[in-house]
Amino acid sequence: MQYLLLIYDNEANFANMSQADFATMLQDYGRFTQSIQQSGHHRAGQQLQPVATASTVRVRDGKRQVTDGPFAETREQLGGFYLIEAKDLDEALAIAEQVPSARIGSIEVRPLVPPRS
Amino acid sequence: MNLESLYREEWRRVLATTVRLTGDFDLSEEAVQDAFVAALEQWPRDGAPANPYAWLVSAARNRVVDQIRRRARLADQGMEIERMAALETSEIDLSEAAMVDDQLRLIFTCCHPALAVEAQVALTLRTVCGLTTDEIARGFLVPVATMAQRIVRVKRKIRDARLPFAMPPKERLAERLDGVMLVVYLVFTEGYAATSGKIWIRRQLCDEAIRLGRLLCELIPRNPELRALLALMLLHDSRRAARASADEQIITLEEQDRELWDRREIAEGVPLLEAALREGAQGEYALQAAIAALHARARRPEDTDWAQIARLYDTLLQRRPSPVVELNRAAAIAMAEGPASGLALIDALEAKGELAGYHLLPAARADLLRREGRWREAAEAYRQALALVANDPERQYLNRRLAEVEGLQSAGGALGAPGIIY
Repeated sequence: MQYLLLIYDNEANFANMSQADFATMLQDYGRFTQSIQQSGHHRAGQQLQPVATASTVRVRDGKRQVTDGPFAETREQLGGFYLIEAKDLDEALAIAEQVPSARIGSIEVRPLVPPRS
Repeated sequence: MNLESLYREEWRRVLATTVRLTGDFDLSEEAVQDAFVAALEQWPRDGAPANPYAWLVSAARNRVVDQIRRRARLADQGMEIERMAALETSEIDLSEAAMVDDQLRLIFTCCHPALAVEAQVALTLRTVCGLTTDEIARGFLVPVATMAQRIVRVKRKIRDARLPFAMPPKERLAERLDGVMLVVYLVFTEGYAATSGKIWIRRQLCDEAIRLGRLLCELIPRNPELRALLALMLLHDSRRAARASADEQIITLEEQDRELWDRREIAEGVPLLEAALREGAQGEYALQAAIAALHARARRPEDTDWAQIARLYDTLLQRRPSPVVELNRAAAIAMAEGPASGLALIDALEAKGELAGYHLLPAARADLLRREGRWREAAEAYRQALALVANDPERQYLNRRLAEVEGLQSAGGALGAPGIIY
C-alpha cells in the first residue's frame, strides 16, 4: 500500500532559522531519507520551491485561467513530500512521525488509490 | 434459547473474530448480522448448536468469503479467489486467548487516533456494543441519517487508509489505552448528563459505558487506571435514581434522597478504587473517583469531607489544568470554607474569560450568592446561566432557583438553601 506524506510547515520558520539550525535540519532530512531508503519504504520524495513560485490553473467553460499563488492560502504551506510503501496506516504513521518537519510543522498522510489491475 | 440475550453476549465476540479472519470490517458486520438471522430461523427448528459462538463465526465467515469471492470473480482477481478458498477451509482458532485478542483488536481499531473522536465513539457503540445506528443517533441527539453517514464514512476510512486490525505495539499501548478510556468516558458522560435535549440522564449510554469498562478490566486485567475508570463510572452511576425526579426534574446532590443511592454499585466501586489506588493509579479518573467516593461515603450532606475534596481538586488541577476543574475546586472550597472564598475564586476565573459561554460558571456563582443571601445578585447570575444552558432539565432547575431567589428578594428573607452539584 502506498502513502503520500505531505509535509506542511511555515516557510517563515525556515527563513527565520539560524544557519546552524538550518544545517541540522538538512542533515536530519538526509539521515531520514537514507533510513527509509535502506528499509525499503522509500518510493520518491522531493522538496518544493516556496509557495511564492506557485501558479494555479483552472479550466472553466473551456477557458483556461491562470493565477499566481497556491490553491489555498494557509498558515502552513506544502513544502515537500515523500511517497512511501507501508503495510498499513500504523506503519505509515510511524514513518511520518520521523519526518524532521513533524517537530515544527505537520505531516498529512494520504493513502493512494491502488492502481486498477 | 433466548436470541436477544445471545445477541447481546455474542455479537461483539463473533464480530471480532470474523474481522480477524477476513480482514474486512464492513462485510463482517453485515455477515454477522445475517448469521444471527440464520440462527433465528434454524435453531428453533434444528436445535441450537453445542457451541453457538463457533457456529455463528463460521456462518459469518462463509458469508464474507462468498461476497469477496463473487467480487473477485467479477474483477478476475485470481489471488483473492485463492485466498478465499484457503480461508474457507482453514481451522478457526476458537481458544479463549484468541477470543480475548480479537476483542481487544476490535476495540483498539474502533478507538484509533487517526479517526475523529466522535467517529470513534459511534463506531465503538456500533461494533463493540452492538447498538443500532438508530439507538446511537438517539443517544447523541443527531438525526439518524447523520449518524449513519458518520459510520459509513469512518468505515470507509478504515478500509481505504488501511487501518490495521491489530493491537498497538507495546511502546504505544499506554497512549492508545488512554484513547480507549476517553471514548468509554465520553459515552458515560453523555449518558450521565446530556449536553442538550429534554432527557437529562440517558441510561442506556451509562449502562453501555459501564459494560465497556467491565469488559476492558476483564480483557486487560490488573490495570490500575482502567479499574479507576470503572470505579468512577460506578460511583457516579450509583446516584442515578436520586439525581432526577420521575418528571425529569434535577435533584442536586445536597437534596438527593441518599436512600435511593445504589448501594451495590457503591460497594463495588469503592473497593475497586481502593485496589486501583494501591496499585498506583494516579490519573484523572482515579482522582475523580476518589472525589465521588467521598460523596458516596457521606450519609448526610453535612458529613461530606469538602476539605479533602478541595485537596483532590488541587491535585487534579496540577495533573491537568482545566478551567472546569478550577470551577469545581472553587465550589468545593466554598463548601469547606464558606461562600465568600468560593466567590473570590469564581470571580478570578471569570476574569480570565476561558469559561465564557459555559452556563455552569454563572450557575455556580448564583448558587454561592444565594447562600450568602445576596438575592438580587443571585437572580442576575441565574439569568446569565439561563441564557447559556442548552438542555431542558437544567433550564427548569435554574428557573426554579431563579423564582425562589426572586421571591426571597421581594420578601427580604434570608434562608440558607442547598447547592449546585447534581
